[in-house]
Formats: sequence, structure tokens, C-alpha cells
Amino acid sequence: MSSIQILLIFIFATIAGMGSCLDEMQTHRPLIACTITGLILGDITTGIIIGGTLEMMALGWMNIGAAIAPDAALASVISTILVIASHQDVATGIAIAMPLAAAGQVLAIICKTVSVVFQHKADDYAEEGNLFGIDLCNYGALILQGLRVGIPALLVAMTVGTGAVENMLSAIPPVISGGLQVAGGFIVVVGYAMVINMMGAQYLMPFFFLGFVVAAFTNFNLVALGVIGLVAAVVYIQLNPKYQAVAAAPAAAASGSDDDLDDELD
Amino acid sequence: MEKKITSSDFFWTFVRSNFLQASWNMERMQGLGYCFGMVPILRRLYEGEELKKAIKRHLEFYNTQPFVTAPIIGITAALEEKKANGAPIEDGVINGIKVGMMGPLAGVGDPIFWGTLRPITAALGASFALTGSIVGPILFFVLFNAIRLAVRWYGIKYGYAKGTDIVKDIAGNKLQKITEGASILGLFVMGALVNKWTSVNIPVVVSEITNAKGEHVVTTVQGILDQLMPGLVPLLMTFACMALLKRKVSAITIIFGLFAVGIICYALGIMNVK
Repeated sequence: MSSIQILLIFIFATIAGMGSCLDEMQTHRPLIACTITGLILGDITTGIIIGGTLEMMALGWMNIGAAIAPDAALASVISTILVIASHQDVATGIAIAMPLAAAGQVLAIICKTVSVVFQHKADDYAEEGNLFGIDLCNYGALILQGLRVGIPALLVAMTVGTGAVENMLSAIPPVISGGLQVAGGFIVVVGYAMVINMMGAQYLMPFFFLGFVVAAFTNFNLVALGVIGLVAAVVYIQLNPKYQAVAAAPAAAASGSDDDLDDELD
Repeated sequence: MEKKITSSDFFWTFVRSNFLQASWNMERMQGLGYCFGMVPILRRLYEGEELKKAIKRHLEFYNTQPFVTAPIIGITAALEEKKANGAPIEDGVINGIKVGMMGPLAGVGDPIFWGTLRPITAALGASFALTGSIVGPILFFVLFNAIRLAVRWYGIKYGYAKGTDIVKDIAGNKLQKITEGASILGLFVMGALVNKWTSVNIPVVVSEITNAKGEHVVTTVQGILDQLMPGLVPLLMTFACMALLKRKVSAITIIFGLFAVGIICYALGIMNVK
């Protein structure tokens, strides 16, 4: 790996680390992070494939309320480096990504605890009416979150050519690597389960089974399935007596709110 | 002279609101990030002691789904503007509205954005990415961010225009309809994904017979399961995961548990790669 590549990895890993905390642009999601890491290392196609595979597993990794998700940024960047620069197969890369996500999660919790310091420093600046100080505190915490991923990625990028990492990875016995590959086929269900639980709508589970059965016995792609799901949602809302009752109340108010909804849906 | 928030203030607040979670911390969560977003507005409206009080007001505890913060920013901007022009609005009222809205709005934002929009755009992107196509990552990035930025921009505008009327909107059934509709779509697609994007193969042989035509027929457990209902094992695994998650077992623990299951089953020959 050239020193330019190492530098670019460090910069991008830092951005992904910030993204993981901000959760806005989604630069930390495997689809994006693996692709860009692959681009830097000169094998974008492999990066995209790892990204797609890892994205499916990370589908349910989300920051809800005070819960902090497994860290997709650290997992994506480092596993892509290992697959491309250290010539591992994608299945091994995915298996390595999981402990990395757990490690990243622990680091995120530590950083988010340390960030309390910035919150308190901001209180002091508020006392002085110093708006620039407030900005600095917010950016300071963000840089900390960036380095949380940037530094580990830098260390891996610097050592990956030396053989130490390769030796460690080649020491994995075939039973383990085969088993990891088998588990890779169904590990995604954890993410699906997280999304389903998050919805917290037990009474809407018939739609889950409908999706399952339609997918089981057809060859529809995701776009077609999405359209069917959308149609089911619209029909359910239109026919649901729960909403009819409200709409039927005072005629004038009802027509007004109906129009509003139509506008929104347009 | 009447103090008025300019459109450039709104623009910079919109830009800054993208950094809401930068200083997410265990004590006041998005508190500092929220204040950071309000800086252009507070700078426009207040100075001196009033400014100090305003900053402190917005450094309080705050946490919600990040995108639905936009209407709350809009509403507090409207209130701060009235207050700066002399309206008798207590500090507690502004914080009360922030805290009062963040819960219900998170209840709307989490299923819509984290439960439906991101999994669906990400799964769509991943379906292209698995074939090595650059279309996948680009599609996900553009779709997700276009919707996110629109929600952020129009959310601020909407909150500011409606002021406290927005509280009625949340109580009304418009948002409930959207949330419920999004949940249906999300669950439907999850059901499809559980079936389509998992692979389990149990090659254990149940019977080996030579049938009447003299053909050698091998029946495996997986063969029987596929005749019954393709994807049955992943479905049961999903239910098991849901039950474990509800019992507060962490996702990472379950993931490692499933890796162990994979390794053990592979070693015993119960499972294999398809």
C-alpha cells in the first residue's frame, strides 16, 4: 500500500467515523464505506460486493433513543482493507467484520461518555456568551468520533503488508472458516429481527407473513415487492375503520383533513 | 425595531442541523448539538445577557430521531422570535415544547426513517451491489440523502410557519397514518428479505431409495423443508432472534451465538454452504 493510499484511508476512515456518530449522510454504512475504501485501494468492485453483503447484515444496526448500534464504520473500512490488501475471501472479511463492529461499538460508547466533557465546556462558554466556543465544543466531540475509526484504520493499513495480519488470518482452521461461511447465510436474520422489533406493531405482522410468502413463491425483485407492500399499506389505511370514524365526524373538518392527506401522499 | 430571522439564518441552521449528533453524550445526548444548530437564529435575535440565557436554554437535555428535529427547530425558532420581540414566553415553555415533542416525533421518525426508509433503500442498493454494480451504493446514497435533506429543510420551514399549531398535527391522525403505512411497507419488505436474502442448507440425508424407474433418489432434510415452505428455517431463526432481543440480549451476542451455531453445525455436517 502506498503512503498516499494510507493517508486517504485515514482521511476516509475519519469521515466514516464522524458519519457513524452523526448518522446523517450514511458514509458509515457498509454500502458507502466499503465502496470508497475499495476505490482507494484500487479494487472498487470487490469493495462494492463486500459493502452489499455487509449492508444486509447491518440492516438493523441503528441508534434508537439511548441505544448505541454496532459500529458499521470500523467494521466496513477494516474488513475491506483485509479482503483487498491482504487477499482474504469475502466470507472471511465478513466474519472479521462482526467482532470489529462490536469493538467499534465499545469505542463509540467510550467516546460518547467522554463527550460529556464537551457538553460541560459548552456550559462555560454559554456563561460567557461565547458562540464560537459552542461551535468548538461540538466540532471537538466530532473529531474525537472521527479518530475513533481513523486511528485503528491507519494502524491496520500500515501493518497489512508486513505479513503479521496474513499469518494470523491463515492460521484460522478450515472448520471455522467453513462454519463462518455457513453462518454468513443466516446471520442477517438478527438485523431483520431488530427492524421488526423496532416497529413495535405486533398487530401488523400479517403483512410480514404476506411479504414472506409472496417472496417464497415468486421471482419478484425488490422493486416489485416494494410496490406490492406500498399498495397493501395504502389500501389498509383507506379501509381502516379507525380512520373512517374520525373522518366521518364533522363533515367540514373531515373533508379538510382528507385533502391534506391527499396532498401529502401526492 | 422588530427582530426577524432571515432566510440566510434558516439556511445556516439547516446546514448546522446536520451536525446534531456530533457531540452526542451520555449526559444530555443531543443537547449541545441542538444548541449548535440554533446558533445562527440566537445570534440574530439576542445579545448580551439575553443571548447567554438563550444559549443555556438550548443546552438542556434533548434527544430524538435526528431528522424529525427539523420541525422542532422551526417551532422553537418561531417562539424565540416572538420572545425576542417582547412576547411573554417563559424559558420553561420553550424547553417544555422541545421535550414534549421529541418523544412523539421519535415515535414517528424511528419507524419511518430507521425502520422503513433506510432498510428499504439499503436493501435495494445492496441487491445491485451484490453483483458488483456501482449503481447500488449510488442509488442508496442519493435516494436516502435526497429524502433526508428534504425532510430537514421543509421540516424547519413547516415548523416555523405553523408554530405551536404543529402540536395539533402530531396529535391528529395524519402522522399516525403515515407511520402505520410505513410500518406496513417495512414489515412486508422484511418478510420478503427473510425469505429471499438468507440461505440455509441442511444436507442431512433422510432416505436413499431407488424408485420404480430405477432412478437413485436422495431425500435431504432441506429438500423436504423446501417442499413445505422455502425459507422456513430462516423464518424460525428470525422469531428466535426477536424473542432474544426482547429479552434484552444484545445483537452482537446473538450474532456471535449464530456464528457458533454455524461452526458447530458445519463441523457435525448438519449444515453446509448451498
